Amino acid sequence: MAAGIGDARTLVPILADDSASGTIVGMVFNGLVKYSKDIELVGDLAESWEVQDEGLTIVFRLRKGVRWHDGQPFTAEDVKFTYQKLIDPKVPTPYSGDFKKVKDLEILDNYTVKITYKEPFSPGLASWGMPIMPKHILQGEDLFTSSFSRNPVGTGPYKFTRWLSGNRVDLASNRDYFEHRPYIDRYIYRIIPDPASMFLELLTQGVDSIGLTPLQYRRHTEANTFKRNFQKFRYPAFGYTYMGYNLKDKRFKDKRIRQAIACAVDKQEIIDGVLLGLGRICTGPFVPESWAYNKQVKPFPYAPQRATELLKQAGWIDSDGDGWLDKNGQLFEFTIITNQGNEQRKQTAEIIQHRLKSIGIKVNIRILEWAVFLDKFVKERQFEAIILGWGLSRDPDCYDIWHSSKTKPGEFNFIAYSNPEVDRLLEQGRRIFNREKRRQIYHQAHEILYQEQPYLFLYVADALPAVHKRFRGIKPAPLGIGYNFIDWYAPRTEQRYVR
Amino acid sequence: MLSYIIKRIIGIIPLLIGITIISFLVIHLAPGKPTELMLQMNPKAALEAQEKLDKIFGLDRPLHIQYLTWLKDFFRFDFGVSFIDGRPVRDKIFERMPITILINVLALLVIFIFSIPIGIKSAIRRGSFFDRSITIFVFLGFAAPGFWLALILMDLFSVRLGWFPVSGITSLDFENFSHLGKIADVAHHLILPIFVASIGGLAGVSRYMRQSMLNIIHQDYIRTARAKGLSERLVIYRHALRNALLPIITILGLSVPGLISGSVIFESVFSIPGMGKLMVDAVFARDYYTIMGGLVLSALLTLIGNLLADITYAYIDPRIRYGKK
Repeated sequence: MAAGIGDARTLVPILADDSASGTIVGMVFNGLVKYSKDIELVGDLAESWEVQDEGLTIVFRLRKGVRWHDGQPFTAEDVKFTYQKLIDPKVPTPYSGDFKKVKDLEILDNYTVKITYKEPFSPGLASWGMPIMPKHILQGEDLFTSSFSRNPVGTGPYKFTRWLSGNRVDLASNRDYFEHRPYIDRYIYRIIPDPASMFLELLTQGVDSIGLTPLQYRRHTEANTFKRNFQKFRYPAFGYTYMGYNLKDKRFKDKRIRQAIACAVDKQEIIDGVLLGLGRICTGPFVPESWAYNKQVKPFPYAPQRATELLKQAGWIDSDGDGWLDKNGQLFEFTIITNQGNEQRKQTAEIIQHRLKSIGIKVNIRILEWAVFLDKFVKERQFEAIILGWGLSRDPDCYDIWHSSKTKPGEFNFIAYSNPEVDRLLEQGRRIFNREKRRQIYHQAHEILYQEQPYLFLYVADALPAVHKRFRGIKPAPLGIGYNFIDWYAPRTEQRYVR
Repeated sequence: MLSYIIKRIIGIIPLLIGITIISFLVIHLAPGKPTELMLQMNPKAALEAQEKLDKIFGLDRPLHIQYLTWLKDFFRFDFGVSFIDGRPVRDKIFERMPITILINVLALLVIFIFSIPIGIKSAIRRGSFFDRSITIFVFLGFAAPGFWLALILMDLFSVRLGWFPVSGITSLDFENFSHLGKIADVAHHLILPIFVASIGGLAGVSRYMRQSMLNIIHQDYIRTARAKGLSERLVIYRHALRNALLPIITILGLSVPGLISGSVIFESVFSIPGMGKLMVDAVFARDYYTIMGGLVLSALLTLIGNLLADITYAYIDPRIRYGKK
């Protein structure tokens, strides 16, 4: 039994974009490929694949004998159907981007599909991790209003049983799952919106697994009664938190100022204060677990004197002795905005405010409701600095975040970063399939981005799941703990819900 | 009397339409669109996706057209489709209404059952030890934040003593229970929530009751009743109480719309899938039609509640019934 904060929205895989729906969809459906525990792409519904014509073509050979939960066989038709829905202008899916690059999808035989791209597109391979939907059920249905969204049929290790809105979603093991029958028979996802109640539910064993907050991990779970019943895990999450500058602002255009701020803010202090030490310093656009991460890039050390020097070079000094830097009679003052409801971001902003004050930069903080924040501030680039986080895909392609063509309203390079060298690297990185070559490209991009400091890269927080001790077979790996859920088991003497 | 009621009912219709126009405008004035939020901050989501979504949902049409379409559907009892999950708003609201109404009705019952006697007793023994200690108690209950009280009670009764479940409304194997077992299970889950939900209202209603009782027992007719030699019991419960209850009826009338509106904090803490959470989530997601559905229903209930209060007033107090016209 697991718990999450929000209710699922829809269980139509290509429409599901929230974490609760994603969790359930991941249990009920399979993609053609998936990530192994070491974050390598391996076959899922595809047995194998071949990249041909220098990346223009991918041929997937599908697993034979896989059946949908209703007993119908899974075939290449289902893959084609899912692809057609992904690029259908009438389907409100947020995932169409990667699939627009596909020129054609051809069924060679029942278990072989050939995908042709307009140009080589290496992140495309990982994009086929998209869950495949059953054609025989969904053909002719409007996906958005279909009853399938509350009664999904997949190929995955668990079958959908029912969904009580705002309360829980029940799944039962798929005895005919193609890998093997999952050892745990029932999976129940309870919706508990309040993190404190969720923790109390864990203590009374009303749920078996939750994600802990740093405070709970450090302070509330050290007692022996807790340790007797629960295992705690800790591994870096796949994402990072940053402060982005509006690079159209004439002060932040100057690289020296951005570097000065990087020297003036003690990242470790933020991690210790906000995450109680449960995180790592972020040194760039990739997380340490990714092969694209360049270990040579060292974070700017905390060095306020160096910051003052850099600011002086840029012309900012405290000429009137009031404690604040100025230039041409103007005070160095800016506002950090972030979204409401994220305590960690707010606290991060406060620590940055404090540190910048000590070198003479005045910082204001403004917290905004999410919808207003996106619509009026991010989209219209009405900010000076912004604290946000990125959740990253396992593929290192970050074209949408850093490429200079992605600066239109609503696109993700909202800080307006533009560097021809980075543009070139990102374009190259998504055309090449060879891992070694891609690694070099992204290592280089990583280094440039960290030197340039378009973001003040802050931290990579740790994921902190706790699981009841009666579950065995959990093997933490770079991908986390959930990847081998079908191998988890509870010894017979410790099983609690038996049918 | 009858023509008065009919007039009032007819008066509700233009009022309701006015309310929908204002609500519709205000919701659309808020920055941010449902389609924008559907794409969240997902770097894999394409920019064209939003324009595409606007078209699909008709958000690119002029506002008054959108409103008229909505109004037309509304009179056919079709509240539109949620932007969040594509389900009819009507289903979303009605699946959450029963639990919300159940909790609110029970809480309201508890509040009135306890606060009326408390108010009466405090009034007759004004300034006594009972009056003062109960005053302190109800104000403490009123001042304590609901979520805090809930968590403290959960920690004490659920985690330490293990008497009640922490949250939710049913047990894991609910569907296998007998009918009686199901009722017992829900009751078991609802004890803490109902307690927390009623403790705040207790203070308000018992204060009103006390005050209105105090006003009454100093009036001449009460003295007359006493002078007639009626027993204290009769004086208080027949002569004073009837008049003292009038303001309480107003409060009861005003509580009617409250029956379908839940508190998001309360529901979150107890993980109860109620109306409060639905509405707040809808507001944050700018789920226009769900917000409209909830607003119109509670506006309707407010109007009906007022009407009922007025009618009951007229029934209980002959001065209102015969006073005018």
